[in-house]
Amino acid sequence: MDIFLQQIINGVVQGSIYALVALGYTMVYGIMGLINFAHGEVVMIGTLVTITVAGLLAAAGLPPILAGLGGLIAAVLCCMALGWGLERVAYRPLRNAPRLTPLITAIGMSIVLQNVAMIAWGRNYLTFPAFLPKANFEVAGAHFTAIQLFIVIVAAATMAGLMLLIYRTKLGMAMRATAQNPAVASLMGVNIDRVIAAAFVIGSALGAVAGVMVGTYYEIAHYQMGFMLGLKAFTAAVLGGIGNLAGAMAGGVLLGIIEALGAGYIGSLTGDFLGSHYQDIFAFVVLIVVLMFKPSGLFGEKTGDRA
Amino acid sequence: MHAKLSAIALSVAAALAVTGCGKKEEPKPAAAPAAAPAPAAKPEVLVKIGHVAPMTGPQAHLGKDNENGARLAIEELNAQGVEIGGAKAKFELIPEDDQADPKQGTLVAQKLVDAKVNGVIGHLNSGTTIPASKLYSDAGIPQISGSATNPRYTQQGFKTAFRVMANDVQQGKVLGEFAAKQGAKTVAIVDDRTAYGQGLADEFKKAAEAAGLKVVATEYTNDKATDFKAILTKIKSTKPDLVFYGGMDAQGGPMAKQMKDLGINAKFLGGDGVCTPEFMKLGGPATEGHYCSLPGMPLEKLAKGPDFKDKFTKKFNAEIQLYAPYVYDAVMVMADAMKRAGSVEPGKYLPEVGKTAYEGVTAQIAFDEFGDLKGGAISLYQYKGGKLEYVETLGGGAADASKAGEKK
Repeated sequence: MDIFLQQIINGVVQGSIYALVALGYTMVYGIMGLINFAHGEVVMIGTLVTITVAGLLAAAGLPPILAGLGGLIAAVLCCMALGWGLERVAYRPLRNAPRLTPLITAIGMSIVLQNVAMIAWGRNYLTFPAFLPKANFEVAGAHFTAIQLFIVIVAAATMAGLMLLIYRTKLGMAMRATAQNPAVASLMGVNIDRVIAAAFVIGSALGAVAGVMVGTYYEIAHYQMGFMLGLKAFTAAVLGGIGNLAGAMAGGVLLGIIEALGAGYIGSLTGDFLGSHYQDIFAFVVLIVVLMFKPSGLFGEKTGDRA
Repeated sequence: MHAKLSAIALSVAAALAVTGCGKKEEPKPAAAPAAAPAPAAKPEVLVKIGHVAPMTGPQAHLGKDNENGARLAIEELNAQGVEIGGAKAKFELIPEDDQADPKQGTLVAQKLVDAKVNGVIGHLNSGTTIPASKLYSDAGIPQISGSATNPRYTQQGFKTAFRVMANDVQQGKVLGEFAAKQGAKTVAIVDDRTAYGQGLADEFKKAAEAAGLKVVATEYTNDKATDFKAILTKIKSTKPDLVFYGGMDAQGGPMAKQMKDLGINAKFLGGDGVCTPEFMKLGGPATEGHYCSLPGMPLEKLAKGPDFKDKFTKKFNAEIQLYAPYVYDAVMVMADAMKRAGSVEPGKYLPEVGKTAYEGVTAQIAFDEFGDLKGGAISLYQYKGGKLEYVETLGGGAADASKAGEKK
């Protein structure tokens, strides 16, 4: 039983990170119907910027927690600028192009960002400095660390903040209006360019937070770390119904739990016929099954004009 | 500066490859055209040595380390002004990136064959070396790997395949015996499903079971993973004394750390892939007290070892990660065979590679009829205070005898 609990903890922590990244995908998709495949790379840049800035601050004599906070702020600002730049340079000129064109640009931007990061930060794995004190708790035989707790709390708080922004502010209203019908929204005086840029900027800021959490959790970073993470988060977004914020969060946590339980139990369930190396395919098998029976995702509504 | 340039060139090449414009042009090192017209005093012969290792991806740091080893050897050869068959030899390194991917490995192997290289050093990974070795064998190009340890590489019957490092049959056996000697009764095995990781884990399993250990869990991951909590949680439930990992440092380090987070008190044991400074950097204090093995003897205990270390760190301003000395030796062995044959033609000097008796940095190098290193010893190390501490050397003669039983 303690093993089951431990796997759930593993899954929820991993899933919270997926959820934060998935929000970036789903916001952009909800507003402009574009899958921003470079989002995983934004997360990666966030992690690497944190390492550099926090390293400099720590070298300047700041205590680790403040250095970490400084790194986080720098990463968020950097990623916001990056998100805005991506939209301005790579997507805005293609706003009225066929849907495949911006998708290809997105993949291109992902490759460009990976290579820029490789040149800037090198090919080696980087160690992410430990900002938080190491504390290990044990509940009912399951171990968890302060960092894991911190990740879940920060993810939940960030997501709550986003919900407030979307449903309680004027900008959020403009975003929802644009998502429903950009043409009508613009006739009502909504500045579409600004709203789309805002979606990219906010999504990228969330990505930066997720990047810092990934770094804090695994304490390593690498210029290719964004790729698989982005793919999983995209899966989570589709699982929850892409374009739907609550769906992306639920999809992320669900995917994390499915993966952890899958890797933990597949061997014993199939009599060692299938082993834990099938961990990664779990996410995608679940995705295929959901899409077969509920193409709009678990929480997605039917959006005729988008489908 | 060099590193930066090649990184840019690589990224351009990668971008070209991925965008698929199908251009075959390679970014050439700027120095190449200038070197072509030779002074007429002596005939000059150009020796093209292909080198393959992952230069991008999670193992890029090891690939760079290998390439530096080869580069050092080639620069020394050129500085020495080696003569082959009366002509002054000019060695040129043609570095390729296989991304540790078997598919990419055969692609770049074909590229090297088409470029008519005189010999190939590499690849780094067993998974890429094995499929590529067929292409080199078909083209008759001698290949010496400084790091591919999977036994299958030299057991395919290719006359062109050599390695200057003990293979995984030898290493797995020593690791199994060592585990028993440490008093472990139960062991959990994890591997990364690559030819190297799986091969080493299989050999370890055989040896461990033969030594009376019980394998309580067998789990798998992959060579790009960062999260091992799910499989480690499962391993924890089986309460092993020891966790064995067949794979590389980029996964091993975080794995050791996550073991500690989950409260697993078992010792961690791994092969040459995790016996690196990188492993300790990534794993941090969680690596303390764990064990790993390396083929050969520690550099400090070898006659030419400390000298090589000095040269390497001075030249590249970097620590030796892992295989650089072996790759250096591989290049030297190849050049030595060319000298003895008096020819750089692959067909002519190939027989001489088999007859090598070369005193290298890493070992007294001689090959058996399969192209494996004769009498490969295995040394064990413990991670202590951020350093690899030498524990003991096992095998050598004994491992050789056991290998005779493996031959079929």
